[in-house]
This record gives sequence, C-alpha cells and structure tokens, in this order.
Amino acid sequence: MKKYTFTEKKDTRSGFGAGMQVLGQTNPNVVALCADLVGSLKLEAFIKENPERFFQTGIAEANMIGIAAGLTIGGKIPFATTFANFGTGRVYDQIRQSVAYSNKNVKIACSHAGLTLGEDGATHQILEDLGLMKMLPGMTVINPCDYNQTKAATIAVADHVGPVYLRFGRPVVPIFTPADQEFVIGKAWMVNEGTDVSIFATGHLVWESILAGEILAEKGINAEIINIHTIKPLDEEAVLASVRKTGCAVSAEEHQIAGGLGDSIAQVLIRKHLAPLEYVGVNDSFGESGTPAQLMEKYGLNAANIVEKALKAIARKNS
Amino acid sequence: MEIQELKNVASQVRRDIVRMVHGCQSGHPGGSLGCTDLLVGLFFDQMTLKSDSEGKKIFDMNGTNEDIFFLSNGHISPVFYSVLARSGYFPKEELATFRKLNSRLQGHPTTHEHLDGVRIASGSLGQGLSVAIGAAEAKKLNGDKSLVFVLMGDGEQNEGQVWEAATYAPHHKVDNLIAFIDFNGQQIDGPTDKVMNNRDLGAKYEAFGWKVIKMNGNDMEDVIKVLKEARSLSGQGTPIMVIMKTEMGAGVDFMMGSHKWHGVAPNDEQLAAALAQLPETLGDY
Repeated sequence: MKKYTFTEKKDTRSGFGAGMQVLGQTNPNVVALCADLVGSLKLEAFIKENPERFFQTGIAEANMIGIAAGLTIGGKIPFATTFANFGTGRVYDQIRQSVAYSNKNVKIACSHAGLTLGEDGATHQILEDLGLMKMLPGMTVINPCDYNQTKAATIAVADHVGPVYLRFGRPVVPIFTPADQEFVIGKAWMVNEGTDVSIFATGHLVWESILAGEILAEKGINAEIINIHTIKPLDEEAVLASVRKTGCAVSAEEHQIAGGLGDSIAQVLIRKHLAPLEYVGVNDSFGESGTPAQLMEKYGLNAANIVEKALKAIARKNS
Repeated sequence: MEIQELKNVASQVRRDIVRMVHGCQSGHPGGSLGCTDLLVGLFFDQMTLKSDSEGKKIFDMNGTNEDIFFLSNGHISPVFYSVLARSGYFPKEELATFRKLNSRLQGHPTTHEHLDGVRIASGSLGQGLSVAIGAAEAKKLNGDKSLVFVLMGDGEQNEGQVWEAATYAPHHKVDNLIAFIDFNGQQIDGPTDKVMNNRDLGAKYEAFGWKVIKMNGNDMEDVIKVLKEARSLSGQGTPIMVIMKTEMGAGVDFMMGSHKWHGVAPNDEQLAAALAQLPETLGDY
C-alpha cells in the first residue's frame, strides 16, 4: 500500500487562483469573470497581471454566464467564477441555453462547493451542483481533490474545447498529489491498488478515503482507492477494471447521493458488472451552519463512514 | 440599397414568414412581421458582413471584423431564418423545413444544428443582451472596430437578467453595442401595459446610462436613418438603445393591433388573404 503524507495544507480554490495566474501568463485568450467574489476565488494575481482580461459583473450571475458565452464568440476562453451555488443552481437555464446547448467554450469555475463552506449554512452549501451539471449534454464536470490537482485541472480545462464545470472548495486540506502532475480530463487516478473493495472518491473525500484505507489495512482489508476527479465523462474502464477485481465498491463525495458520482458509478455497474455499491454522501438533506470538520462528521463525509460503508459492501459481497 | 429595394425584400420576407408558419402550423408570425423591416435594414444595408465574390455569405462564428447580430427574442425565428436565407447564408428552399423533424431551422434558433448565421441559442428569454455584451467585450479585446447588434422584445423586458445586463453595459462603457427593443406593446397574455407595465422604457435605460434613441420600426426610411444615426453614436463611451415602435403583425392587416397572432398559425384561407397583401418580389421558396 502506498503511504501518503503531506507537509502542507492549502485550499483548493488557491490552486485555482494559481492555475489562473499561469494561464494569464501562457494563454492570451483566457479571460476571467467574477460576480463580486474576487478574493474568495483567489483571482487577485490574475487580475493584477491582466487587468484588461478581467470582467467584474457585480452580483449578477445570470448576466455573467451570458457575457461569458458571448466572449467565446470572439475566440476568448472565459472562466466564469463565483460560489458553486450561484454559479450552477441559480443560473441553470443560462448555462443550459447560452452555454451547453449553444456549445460555447465557457469554463464555469466555482468555489465554496458543498458542506465545507461551513458557517454560512445551507443557503450557500450547494450539494446538487455535480448532478445539475452532469445532466447537461456535452458538459464536462471536474472536482479535483487538493491544491496541486486543482491547479493542474485549471490549466488543463483551458486547452479542452467545450463547456466545463470545475468545482473546488474553501477549506484548507492536505496537499498529497504531485505538483508536476499531468491532469488528463476523464482519466481516473489510481491512489492505491487493492483487492478487497474499490473506493471511488472525488474532491475533499479523496483524502478521507486515503485515511479510511489505512484504517481498513489495520483490519486486514486491502482497499483500492481511485480518485475520480472527472465526474463526466466518467472513466468507465477504470471503474469496471477495479470492481471486476474487488467485487464491491464505495462511492465518496461531498454531494447529494442522488445525482452524484455514486449514481454515475451505479449506472456503469448496473449495465456492465453487477456488484454491491455503498454510497458516502449527503442523503436527501440540506446542510447547516458549523465548522467544516463538524459538518463532515455530522453528515458522515469522513474516513470513519467510508470504513463503515466499505465493511458493509464487503459483507454484501460475501453474503 | 435603395429604400424601395429594401421594401421589396421586406415584402418577400413577410411572405416567407406567413408561409413558413402556415407550413408547419406553428410558430410566431406577429413579432416576426413587426421586426421584418429592422432585420432587412440591418442585413441588406447597414451591417458589414463577409461574403464571397458570388454574394454568398461567409459565416465565421467568431465574427471577426464584421458586424454581429443576436436575436434574443428567439421565438421570432421565422423572420431571422428568412432574412438569413435571403441574404445568402443558406438556400431559401430550406425555409420549407422550418420546425419540422430533422430540420436545422428549429422552432427557436440554435447553433446546435450548425445553421450559418446563428451564433447562440435563444428562446428562453432575457439572455441575448448579456451574450451581445460578451461579444462586444471580445471585439474590444481583439481591437475589432465592428459593431454588435441585439434585438429583444418588450415583453422580454420583464426578465430580471435584462436589467443585470442593462446595468453592466454603461458601467463598462460597452459602446460598440447597439440594442433594440421591439416595442409593440403586446405579450402572450395581452397588452404589456396590462400584463406587466414596463412604464417608460426609454427613461429607464437613460437612467441606467444608455444613449436612447427612437425608431419607427415599420417605416423603412426611418429604420435606415436611425441605424445610421445609431452607428454614428457608437464609440462614444455609452451603449446605444433603440426603442423601436412596431405593430405586431405589420404588413398583414388582420394580424395587426392585437396579441392574438403572437403564436398562432394562419389556416389556408388566412394564408391566401395574407399573401394577397404581400407582393412576391424575389420568388417564393
């Protein structure tokens, strides 16, 4: 089992900001828009170095999405940024018509996704965004797991032609993926090979899955952990290869169970390889105020619950 | 083009509109007829557009160094399609496929079917002004001096996103943008004054920081005069809004003066009565 350690923690949104700074220097077509949340999105460096390529829209997300769609018509690669709640659910129809159906090269890049937004509470804690975005034909949906992966994903999506939803978050989390990684859209990342159960995790739950793998190892269970950073298009081959080997699976995500990564995996397993699947996610509930750690524990989005679900999946496999 | 020539084109476009809507027994003739003179004036006279030596239009999605038009009130697709075909973007025979299965001429305009001349999907209202602003901002970044035009409905002014965009454009000095409101005073459920009173749209846009001018949208001479004036006002630090007074159903007497023909197709008898009022000038499709 590969041992993962970290020396530093950072927020994934800072990875986005760092990626945007690189794009500012390397790709003259990249432009950024923001709806009055420049600091939260860590766009200061990009704006300082490329003031003419930044568009402040004020608190007007619908207009921001439309402007982003229009900018593509002049060959620009716009990154439309705000909190995940305001950048997806609030503007679903704008994304659907002006971006997805119109097949515009817009990158919707959103921070503060999920429960780990914390104290602001459920009004801001969207847990439905992955589902909303993955239902749109042609939309690529990406949820990286740490600072380095978010930076790499940000740079990668600029080269991908077509609409993308890039989701990241607010809290500081361990940095455990390599700084020089190559980010391949749609290619799952093998975190740890194993034989007894497959754990498919995305976003902040990848680190929790690594911790869960260590706990399981102490119990003599060899878990395979796979980072599904691209929810859509899903790396079906990686999912199937793993479950054919392990015979059961757990999905782990900071999202509603309905419509999330787990549902995408379930569709693959139902069609191609029946096997027990247990979900770690929020179960048909809104969030609430609290610290990120408190919320992740209360809603079961942590290593302890991943372990529990892994044991349950293995028991079902063996029953 | 001479005014009379433009009027001849408009007559043919109006024939196309009523025939297209009759052909599939659905669609929106009222607003299409009302906006015919504007679209003819733009595409046949006032917009700078790329074409080859034989007059066929060359479609470049990015619209580099040419004027761009967006239709925000996408339900008036019949007039848009007719004008695109008649101005050389695709064969006029394709107009017969309007709203039919496997057609590129969807009920509302879309880029999805790769129809030359269409740069954005529209239909869900209130989004076109934002898109036009984005395209205008891109032109500025690219050092492209051509203009962006966008048409909205007056009922569409009910949508909140319109006012987000209305706030943005003057703040960011988007002065290469000329917007139009089809001020026909009608929307689906009745007169706009009764359904949701827009009050003084010109005063509203002025208060938001736009340069507002008025146009008689069913008088070709005034259309051309105001389009020239609007272009001359561009590049002066403010976006331009043209409040365009029109008659829904203009050109077909029994379709005028009511919201009744917003989204209703004529039957055979009504089609004949409409066509009798519209001389065939360029040959029907």
